[in-house]
Amino acid sequence: MEKYIVEMLNITKRFPGIIANDNVTLQLKKGEIHALLGENGAGKSTLMSVLFGLYQPEEGEIRIKGEKVFINNPNDANALGIGMVHQHFKLVEIFTVLENIILGVEPNKAGFLEMKEAREKVVELSERYGLRVDPDSLIEDITVGMQQRVEILKMLYRDNEILIFDEPTAVLTPQEIKELLQIMKGFANEGKSILFITHKLNEIMEVADRCTVLRKGKYIGTVDIKDTNKEELSKMMVGRDVTFAVEKEEAQIKEVVLSIKDLNVASKTKKDNAVKNVSFDVRAGEIVCLAGIDGNGQTELVNALTGLEKAVSGSVILKGQDITKSSIRQRSILGISHIPEDRHKHGLVLDYKLEENLVLQRYWQPEFQKGGFIKFDAVRKYAEELIDSYDIRSGQGPITAASSMSGGNQQKAIIAREVDKKHELLVAVQPTRGLDVGAIEYVHKRLVESRDSGKAVFLVSLELDEVMNVSDRILVIYEGEIVGEFDPKRTTVQELGLYMSGAKRSTVKENNHAGE
Amino acid sequence: MQENNNINKKKKFNLGNIVHSSGFSSLTAALMAIFLGLVFGFIIMLVARPGSAVAGFRFIILGGFNRLGDVFYFATPILMTGLAVGFAFRMGLFNIGASGQYTMGMYFALYVGFMFDLPAGIHWVVAILAGMLGGMIWGFIPGIFKAYLNVNEVITSIMFNYIGMFFVDMWVQNSSTMYVSNMARTRYLPQSAQIPALGITGSNVNFGIVLAIIIGIILYIVLEKTTFGYELKATGFNKHASEYAGMRGKKNIILTMVIAGGLAGLGGAFAILAPSAISGSSMTYEPINIIAANGFNGIAVALLGSSHPLGIILSSIFISHIQRGGTLTSLVGFKPEIIDVVIAVIIYFSAFSMIMNSALGRFIRRRLHHDVDEEVAETANVVTDHNNKEAE
Repeated sequence: MEKYIVEMLNITKRFPGIIANDNVTLQLKKGEIHALLGENGAGKSTLMSVLFGLYQPEEGEIRIKGEKVFINNPNDANALGIGMVHQHFKLVEIFTVLENIILGVEPNKAGFLEMKEAREKVVELSERYGLRVDPDSLIEDITVGMQQRVEILKMLYRDNEILIFDEPTAVLTPQEIKELLQIMKGFANEGKSILFITHKLNEIMEVADRCTVLRKGKYIGTVDIKDTNKEELSKMMVGRDVTFAVEKEEAQIKEVVLSIKDLNVASKTKKDNAVKNVSFDVRAGEIVCLAGIDGNGQTELVNALTGLEKAVSGSVILKGQDITKSSIRQRSILGISHIPEDRHKHGLVLDYKLEENLVLQRYWQPEFQKGGFIKFDAVRKYAEELIDSYDIRSGQGPITAASSMSGGNQQKAIIAREVDKKHELLVAVQPTRGLDVGAIEYVHKRLVESRDSGKAVFLVSLELDEVMNVSDRILVIYEGEIVGEFDPKRTTVQELGLYMSGAKRSTVKENNHAGE
Repeated sequence: MQENNNINKKKKFNLGNIVHSSGFSSLTAALMAIFLGLVFGFIIMLVARPGSAVAGFRFIILGGFNRLGDVFYFATPILMTGLAVGFAFRMGLFNIGASGQYTMGMYFALYVGFMFDLPAGIHWVVAILAGMLGGMIWGFIPGIFKAYLNVNEVITSIMFNYIGMFFVDMWVQNSSTMYVSNMARTRYLPQSAQIPALGITGSNVNFGIVLAIIIGIILYIVLEKTTFGYELKATGFNKHASEYAGMRGKKNIILTMVIAGGLAGLGGAFAILAPSAISGSSMTYEPINIIAANGFNGIAVALLGSSHPLGIILSSIFISHIQRGGTLTSLVGFKPEIIDVVIAVIIYFSAFSMIMNSALGRFIRRRLHHDVDEEVAETANVVTDHNNKEAE
């Protein structure tokens, strides 16, 4: 029977101490879009790596068009017609689009490249599928969305019939997402089979025919999309009911806490400043969200705000005090709490125990040290309190090595530390990155709690759902400039998308940073 | 959900305990290295002189016990340089300049010994402190370069080994008070500048070893109990996180290098101010343009001791012990160099087993959260992981 083009039957893949895939079965029909849904760590990527030949399963078998196959490396996968768009693109930045597409399968005659033939094929493919690219642009000069189209063309150029998309929408604006989903549908209509890895339920509902759900490495089930709904899928994924909406009261806005004026911050990679003449205020009792596509100056802005980087010009004013030149420690004392973007790089000392990490901002305070000696019983007691009230789960409580904790609990530890510290302004940068639905719910709740206790909250996010649900006010940043200010109740994701991609811009109202 | 959590917890408990207890892994690493080094050394001895290999090996293992005084005497300087390397290493600095700091320490101690006329009982104390000061200066300069100009401390401290050694040789040769040119060495130090002996017959062992062990214990307390130690280790583990937490990295780099230099300088002072078993003589310095070997031996000691102050105390005594035993192997016809081979192999294996231990730990840790929590970046990384694994 040739009903299924790919069958992965009873796949079990073990790593030392963990079963990443436990008896998982995935069957892909020809010409369908099959979504693979699961939280972070559910085993989606491992399963795809098995299919792509990067891992060998201990048990189970793979069949392509009904025949049992052994895929030992990505070349085998390619020969079987399997192609993959990785979440992080695998492109050579200083090569042109065309050169990247033919990389590895260069057409040649006696060792000399035959570019003309390749160009014709690429142009033909890009026209047929509406994948607009300029074959002669350098990868480093084109947008992320276009880079993704190059990755897709790479698969088509190799005549792949089975296309794997690994979280393809994470880096795109809403408009680009819409286009991509259309393109995927077009492929399916042509008879190509698509595996679509994601944890975004809306996209699954929109394009997928069927969906396989994994949870903690186990196979939960495969459902027809037309017979199901978002709630049911999320329940399958998480194992319990999840609320999507963030519950919060009307914001009680008070005085200005943070005021940024004409801030310019240098870029590490470009000659141009990464942050250009940015001005805005954040007031007590509100959550202001900075929305934008990754790499538009958010990191530099936050660094200048928290002291990790120096500003070129402009000022940062906290509660009326100019802190533009203050040290990180001084800013921390004056009331900035910072949930950093990269929890492994900045947020935690992974080789330290949980309790040592929980006092990372406060170990020097009289509460925890006397005459230069750390009061370890006070640290232990404080850690136990935080673990208890913030529900931080770990193997051995306070003495657990931070590196052995799960990502969600590491983030909880950072949030506990930053929220519990005396602060006026909470800066949270992508606080839900890489977290699963349950943990995201938790983080959002804490942000709203902090707001309701009268703190100012400055949230930097790349997730538009988060931006819309959590914030009281939205600022959009594009190429280092604030290009729009919105009330989440009176705007749409589509509108934000236009501003985020630079298609539209408005000048931010002057009264906003005139200092109320 | 609940069930899964429990499974997770249990798993982490078992693996986590073993992998993450640093004491456990450094001790097993060191013991494994010593065992393998000794086995390897024995094989070499068997090849070289099959007939007397067993007797020679007995000397290596047990010989030191008959000369405990000397074991401690020779352990003193390498204990100090070991601390100098290990302490800086905890902050992520590779203080390869212990030799230069050690030599500077010697010179400053000699200077006070010859030039100052102080009462007995105070003279040697001042000379020791001067040695510490000399080492501190020689640690301070690379520290400044590292902190403010971001010049790699390895490069500066290697250069400072030479600069220090040539300076000292020059200064010593230019001073007629210190130098006896026809003997090509310094004069004998006055009795008052020599560290009191511990009174073990036939050995130069002196009060220096007691001070060195006390200093090791103090360093342990500094590292494990104080805010400075907390900052220092945090910076060593994760520079970015320490910066994020507002720690003053520049100040700590300089302070750490100054302390490390001071430790090596003390090592030099302890070595040069040691009393001689022959009355009327003393240790001497020979300006022969050679970098002090004890500085480099400190790297080996620190490596075997996993940069842990208490581990360094033990490893310096151990290395000194088999060195003493090794000199006895010449009684059964071995060249004394055989012991250097054994020590080299032990150090080699200790670096090797530490890498193995940490690679194993990293591998398990990566599997633990990689797949449980961190799938996001996984597909992107599998290719590189895959390659890495093959490389490993």
